[in-house]
Amino acid sequence: MMPQIIEADKKMVLVCCGTGCLANGSMEVYQELQQQLANSNVNVSTYTKATGCNGWCEKGPLVKIIPDDITYCQVAAKDVAEVIAKTIGKGELINRLLYRDPKTKQRVKSHHQIDFYKKQHKVALRNIGEIDPASIEDYISRDGYQALNKVLHTMGPGQVVEEVIRSGLRGRGGGGFPTGQKWKACTDVEASVRYIICNGDEGDPGAFMDRSIMEGDPHTVIEGMIIGAYAVEATAGFIYVRDEYSLAVKNLGIAIQDARQKGFLGENILGSRLSFDIEIVRGGGAFVCGEETALMASIEGNVGEPRDKYVYPTEKGLWGQPTVINNVETWANLPVIINDGAEAWASIGTEGSKGTKVFSLVGKVINTGLVEVPMGTTLREIIYEIGGGILNKRKLKAVQTGGPSGGCIPAEMLDMPVDFDSLTAAGSMMGSGGLIVMDDRTCMVEIARYYVNFLAGESCGKCTPCREGLKAMLEILSNFCQGKGSDADLQFLMDTSETMQMMSLCALGRTAANPVLSTLRYFKDEYLAHIHEQHCPAGVCRDLTEFYIDPEPCTGCGLCAQHCPVEAISGEKKEAHVIDQAICIRCGECRNQCKFDAVMIR
Amino acid sequence: MAACIDMQELSSILTRYPPEQRYILAIMQDIQGEYKYLPKTGLQMIADYVDAPLSRIYSMATFYKAFSLVPKGRINFKVCDGTACHIKGSSIIMDQIDKYLNIKPGETTADQEFSMETVNCLGACALAPVVVANEKVHPKVTSSGIIEIIKVYGGPNDAADN
Repeated sequence: MMPQIIEADKKMVLVCCGTGCLANGSMEVYQELQQQLANSNVNVSTYTKATGCNGWCEKGPLVKIIPDDITYCQVAAKDVAEVIAKTIGKGELINRLLYRDPKTKQRVKSHHQIDFYKKQHKVALRNIGEIDPASIEDYISRDGYQALNKVLHTMGPGQVVEEVIRSGLRGRGGGGFPTGQKWKACTDVEASVRYIICNGDEGDPGAFMDRSIMEGDPHTVIEGMIIGAYAVEATAGFIYVRDEYSLAVKNLGIAIQDARQKGFLGENILGSRLSFDIEIVRGGGAFVCGEETALMASIEGNVGEPRDKYVYPTEKGLWGQPTVINNVETWANLPVIINDGAEAWASIGTEGSKGTKVFSLVGKVINTGLVEVPMGTTLREIIYEIGGGILNKRKLKAVQTGGPSGGCIPAEMLDMPVDFDSLTAAGSMMGSGGLIVMDDRTCMVEIARYYVNFLAGESCGKCTPCREGLKAMLEILSNFCQGKGSDADLQFLMDTSETMQMMSLCALGRTAANPVLSTLRYFKDEYLAHIHEQHCPAGVCRDLTEFYIDPEPCTGCGLCAQHCPVEAISGEKKEAHVIDQAICIRCGECRNQCKFDAVMIR
Repeated sequence: MAACIDMQELSSILTRYPPEQRYILAIMQDIQGEYKYLPKTGLQMIADYVDAPLSRIYSMATFYKAFSLVPKGRINFKVCDGTACHIKGSSIIMDQIDKYLNIKPGETTADQEFSMETVNCLGACALAPVVVANEKVHPKVTSSGIIEIIKVYGGPNDAADN
């Protein structure tokens, strides 16, 4: 990694202003810092930066002080005065704001010493958290736009395509199609107008890596797209981004403006033959628009319905012209491939999947956040070493990957190296990179129902297998969650899944059965418990669950009664408590709160 | 509500974009951003502006999740139902809101005070489950915590009679 360029007598204070930290109040911390530093009499000159997401959302708001390499966690606006007086003024550490390593019980000075970061390898996220996303100078100071300069002045378009093919880069948006091959297919078509699209319509629930890149390092996406435009000789580019990602829209807008001003976008870029510009298109919040043909229909100003792909977008795409469409993270890798060379970039990863992958590690895991690891890292390393293990010392049951099109991988397969091919073989898929950790209190039948419900709502309705199949599956799965259903229904689920896989128009429908099939494959006994015994082993399905307190382990601490929203729990202090079943709404809050595992299900 | 629609303001939103059909989505987003829903007059004005049939505008307004054809309440609860929030109990939160305010996702109370909608993922999974009331993010909401949040915004103390 490049060192930060900073004058010796200066200190830089970086405040993480990614979505997670912002929600935790980091903007107040940032403003407080700016205000107090302007009026403070400490004898050190400083400057503050609001950066993109550092990924370690669990401990936000994060404040880093450079060059001392100090990382403070969960900083509040009221801590700012002390940080300025002690740490910036006198170089003293404030112990309570430092991360406490749960293994060694020691406070740790810098995030570089923490397992969460030590095991990561940042390529797509290389600048995020280090630079001010609104400053093109910051990006340039970390080798920004050097790759563009290199391709424009030392490589022909064909050479760039070859370089990308040699790197083995596969699309990070889900399918894993080789990027270089896609570009080559586009250049093979005779045309006067070609387009480039960046797919930033990240819709998988529980996945926010593309958002983080667009918010935290918009220039790397833009540089990647300009390199792509040069390679396939495109004249216009579009970034399709969810309108809900307001910070991403804002930062991309600033970045495009600044890039134009510096001559990286527009006519004759850096004195070359290339003329290219980028426009932002804000998506309307339809999941299906992540599918490339639907996305293009949306850019054209239509309802975002997909079309059959017997003719690929590389041949006839946007407005009928050859179009290359790649995902945000794919574009973010391109400047590194060009700068370091295809071989160096491809030295990371596995045989079939080169490079790194960003995952959003969420769910019942201790360190929720964004992690970037080499392809081939095992799930165990990601969840236990980087993620710190399962919340509340519970047992891991499954990991869901690939979003609603993916599947659930059981705990027994933890040592599986994660790459495009291994996930597909396990009945799931890479998808955009969501990793949702599920413990023994997650019901796999209900999870399947959740995804099918999501997809039934997002199905565009154009083709029958997807529209009707999802509706039928949802009805059956909802019945299962209420203890209704039969073995014949299980067979119907399998049959419907098969029909949808074969007959649906687009990938949404073709993969929609994956959550059902993978949970059926690995957790069939849970389905059977619901249907045959009217029992939800995880204690989630409310119609099938009754909570009661085992008087043996109950210490009568009263925590459950305090958190019960309906006052259904009663009991004397230090004596076993009782749940009134007539009042209980089965929310399970008592079980979540109990420190002694005294709340049981039947 | 219809009385609040300022035609001049609406046309100033339209003219931010060239009168081409590819800008329909952007115009609708700006109108939605301004009014928190798409008033019928607005849809008709877009149709006239880009020279497309009203049915086409309507099909887009109903296809994309970002748009609402009815006004939202003074306080709009966005309950995140992304996977991380879901497995940490977002459905209980929705049930509680329904119980206290008698609204389901997509609905608004009769007095226009509260509305509830679900969102797929806010990207704040470390804070799951998350509820956003207008712009304010409420992290790690529990089944009892949501009752307090409803009260803070002036909601009833007791569950609604269903």
